[in-house]
Amino acid sequence: MRRRSLLLQVGVAALLLALLALLVNNLAVNLLRTGLGLDFGWLGRPSGFALAESALPYSPSDSYLWALTIGWLNSLKVIAAGLVLATLLGVAAGAARSSSNRLLRSLAGGYVAVIRQVPLLLQLLFWYFVAFLGLPETPIGGLIQLSNQGISMLGMPLSVEFCAVLTGLTVFTGASIAEIVRGGVNAVPRGQWEAFRSLGLSEGLGLRRIVLPQALPAILPALTSQYLNLAKNSTLAIAVGYADLYAVSDTTITQTGRAIEGFLLLLISFLLLNLLISGGMAGINATVLGRMRRSR
Amino acid sequence: MTVAIRATDLVKSYTPGSRALDGVSLEVASGEVLVVMGPSGSGKSTLIRTFNGLEKLDGGELDVLGVRLDAAHEERPVREIRRRVGMVFQQFNLFPHLSILDNITLAPVKVQKRPKAQAEQRAIELLDQMGIREQAHKFPAQLSGGQQQRVAIARALALDPEVMLFDEPTSALDPERVKEVLDAMRQLARDGMTMVVVTHELGFAREVADRVMFMDQGQVVETSDPASFFTNAREERSRRFLSQMV
Repeated sequence: MRRRSLLLQVGVAALLLALLALLVNNLAVNLLRTGLGLDFGWLGRPSGFALAESALPYSPSDSYLWALTIGWLNSLKVIAAGLVLATLLGVAAGAARSSSNRLLRSLAGGYVAVIRQVPLLLQLLFWYFVAFLGLPETPIGGLIQLSNQGISMLGMPLSVEFCAVLTGLTVFTGASIAEIVRGGVNAVPRGQWEAFRSLGLSEGLGLRRIVLPQALPAILPALTSQYLNLAKNSTLAIAVGYADLYAVSDTTITQTGRAIEGFLLLLISFLLLNLLISGGMAGINATVLGRMRRSR
Repeated sequence: MTVAIRATDLVKSYTPGSRALDGVSLEVASGEVLVVMGPSGSGKSTLIRTFNGLEKLDGGELDVLGVRLDAAHEERPVREIRRRVGMVFQQFNLFPHLSILDNITLAPVKVQKRPKAQAEQRAIELLDQMGIREQAHKFPAQLSGGQQQRVAIARALALDPEVMLFDEPTSALDPERVKEVLDAMRQLARDGMTMVVVTHELGFAREVADRVMFMDQGQVVETSDPASFFTNAREERSRRFLSQMV
């Protein structure tokens, strides 16, 4: 028995090594064919292209490396905002789906149903072309200004492209989070609802203090997947011309012809970003589980 | 004698064509202990769960401490009743992620807006009264069933309710844990609490109840004082039920 499992492990390891060798071989052959070799020297040369928006000062005379960094920061900005907003929207919609209010319940149900049927790319194009580019000039109370140039909130300008990507990612991911939250909430025994109700707690307070904390261990693992999806889906930003990491990489590769290096950098950047997200979520998960275990 | 609960012709139906409550009327006087007995499925749990709005009525009318409930009632009167009526469940239903102390102080602090320190002091008093003061900082799962149920009683009492509802409070307990819970309830009755208790504990009913109500198939079969109910029940159905109990 033990020998067979050992054989199996060696076999699987050999298979993986063979696959890896094949990939490395392909990479070497491709590099040889282009006659370029692996070279990152071009990263220091001026990019020569402008970016529509940048969190830090940037001009076409800056290096490719700096352009990619700006792209990375733009990605980070829309991902971070998307994670927060999608979570808020998802929890609200998920809670609304188990609400005793029929209107709330059907609104949330309709939202989830519609959003999950439509491809994200179409939704991004919708938010860009239909919702945000069509905005009339309307200052709302002086704090928020809408126009087809973008949205200015408390003096902070947000481009139309950023708004479209953020809204698209938020609304799309929020629908999946809503389902996850609903599943977690439904897994909490009915007796817990009856107990907080019989103590005179309101539905909202009971949900926040009693039900959601108990639903959390069931919610978190699936939530992590959704967070990673949101980060990866942010590369669709290129469709509406938002200068995220993928869009900047794309331009860079076109200009330099350094496709392999460009993709390697892109892969590593996303790997790092997603490791950051999964690491953070693993930390939260451990804290929550630790607290639950302490109460066992 | 003031009336704490008056029920008139209550109807509750979970599935069309069958009635969990089929025209139940009763009165519970202030300070009275009413024990509700009956075979499983007789509607006794459903009945007391309508008293604090956990079950919505399909017909009839309730008056609980002067607050009216009927089939069309809204959320507001229910919340008022729940603040004045405590409930203890068969499965305890303590909040597993909160300490014993937090289980008890949550509602007084969040619903009645009492200062936290005062609520905690009251919680300790109640735990003391239940004989489990030293459990205050533990979590529910660390306690035995009997201890958990006494915490549940303390949690309900922390809101200073005028009526206490007990839904088979000892049915989920190990036999050797039943007495400690019944003792706590006995003390409560002695202190003059208005209580409606759904239970199969004949001894408790005989000793503590002012009246025993026997239900079957969603209807009240008979209501008597315990002495005559246990020795000389009027109805054939009650006698058959009692003969099957040991």
